[in-house]
Amino acid sequence: MDESRRKTLTRAGAASAVAAAVAAGILRPQDVLAAWNKDAFGQKTLADALKSIGAAVAADSNDIVIDAPQIAENGAVVPVEITSNVPNTKSIVVLVEKNPFPLVAKFDFLEGAVPFVKVNVKMGESSNVRVLAEAGGKYYAALKEVKVTIGGCGG
Amino acid sequence: MADPMKIRAGLKGDIADVRVLMNHPMETGQRKDGSGNLIPLHFIQEIAVKLNGKTVIDAQISQAVSRNPVFSFRVKGAKAGDKLEISWLDNRGERNSTETSLA
Amino acid sequence: MSLARWIPAAAFACACAGAAAQDAKKEIEKYQRMIADSSPVELFELEGEALWKKKQGPKHVSLEACDLGLGAGVLKGAYARLPRYFADADRVMDLETRLLHCMTTLQGHSREDATKRVFGNEDRLSEMEYLSAYIAGQSRGMPMAPGTSHPKEQAAFELGRKTFFYRAGAWDFSCASCHGEEGKRIRMQDLPVLYKPENARPVVATWPAYRVSNSQFKTMQWRLNNCFQQMRYPEPNYASDITVALTMFLTATGEGEPYRGPGTKR
Repeated sequence: MDESRRKTLTRAGAASAVAAAVAAGILRPQDVLAAWNKDAFGQKTLADALKSIGAAVAADSNDIVIDAPQIAENGAVVPVEITSNVPNTKSIVVLVEKNPFPLVAKFDFLEGAVPFVKVNVKMGESSNVRVLAEAGGKYYAALKEVKVTIGGCGG
Repeated sequence: MADPMKIRAGLKGDIADVRVLMNHPMETGQRKDGSGNLIPLHFIQEIAVKLNGKTVIDAQISQAVSRNPVFSFRVKGAKAGDKLEISWLDNRGERNSTETSLA
Repeated sequence: MSLARWIPAAAFACACAGAAAQDAKKEIEKYQRMIADSSPVELFELEGEALWKKKQGPKHVSLEACDLGLGAGVLKGAYARLPRYFADADRVMDLETRLLHCMTTLQGHSREDATKRVFGNEDRLSEMEYLSAYIAGQSRGMPMAPGTSHPKEQAAFELGRKTFFYRAGAWDFSCASCHGEEGKRIRMQDLPVLYKPENARPVVATWPAYRVSNSQFKTMQWRLNNCFQQMRYPEPNYASDITVALTMFLTATGEGEPYRGPGTKR
């Protein structure tokens, strides 16, 4: 059995077995997705958040394109559009360095998805938006500074 | 709400440009209500995008994603008639999903 | 130090400030474009559609027979033609005023019941707000063309124009105090001079709107109510003649602009 077929089975093929288990009440539907990484999302500094996802070391890359406005009128909604041109990108991670909890989102791209995403994030204050791309077991990084005129975390 | 979630998708060749709109408070747990009490954390944690029943994008997000989130994704290898399903699960165990046929 | 040495430095500083201000303006415009592009507004339009079709009120009927100016139940293009004169009420009405009229006459609601919660919040919009989103969305792409030929339409325009420049209230403010002079701003927001067509146009083409700063969907009745509050005026009655007149003045000043659909703003 070649590698790509084996990988497919671990996702799609397993899905039907999992579906049967879910229907039988053995597995809860939420168990099918990767469990929410409470530890990583709970880290309060950029360094700790990066370490907790195994991205303490990340090479700067020009192949990660971050399209976001330099100035956000309100930090409650800051639109960020990311394209990773790093070959074989498996995930894109979004962090807002100065947020109370820097890790904002992690998108895993399985077979059939383009490593592209647009997401609206909350920024508590002007900060760098740091984007990581994971490919071939390594992390690559880029950042974009966004100035926020009014912070948007609430409270 | 009549439609708490909506997918807008367009095919360009074999790539589907997908936009999904979600109605969700995405409460950070830092806001206070009129009486000065903290409104508890309530936010989507996991999102799955499936093409014809197969998960193609798996996302984990935090309360720092904006209220009423809107995401854009791109799925390749898609064709007209394919079924696109997007679902979410939040920190309270509440879930929602919607689907559309690509045209 | 000689004057000749100062001038180039000053000129350089001025040019820099000008260029920086222009860059800031461009980036803010980019922000505005990007948030409009990823807005949840369509969900509100869908909810508004459900409410439009829902049987409600003492008479247990839907709003589908409501005439917004183009005939009973005709929604396409109706919002862009408001405010306008309605013979059955012998009044010039904006969207919310007309909806209120239909809620009371068609559905049998009392005015008190129908206006109990006209301004919603981030958790739940008001019915008026959902309906406004839906109906306004049905005018996407159509040129703003409020009524101008009927004497009462002209009177409403005149009242709106006069009110725009009329100083009153605890602070002796008029709309023109903020929106009547070029180059003014409140914090980072440039204040458009609204009696000029080129400035009124993009404004009338993007209300009602979702405001990302508080995740609430707001209508023109709310916008005027809030402006009155900021000017330290007494609160205007919902759907009163003065609010319709101001909306008429603004919409007529921005007429011809293609309506962009419910907006998304900071």
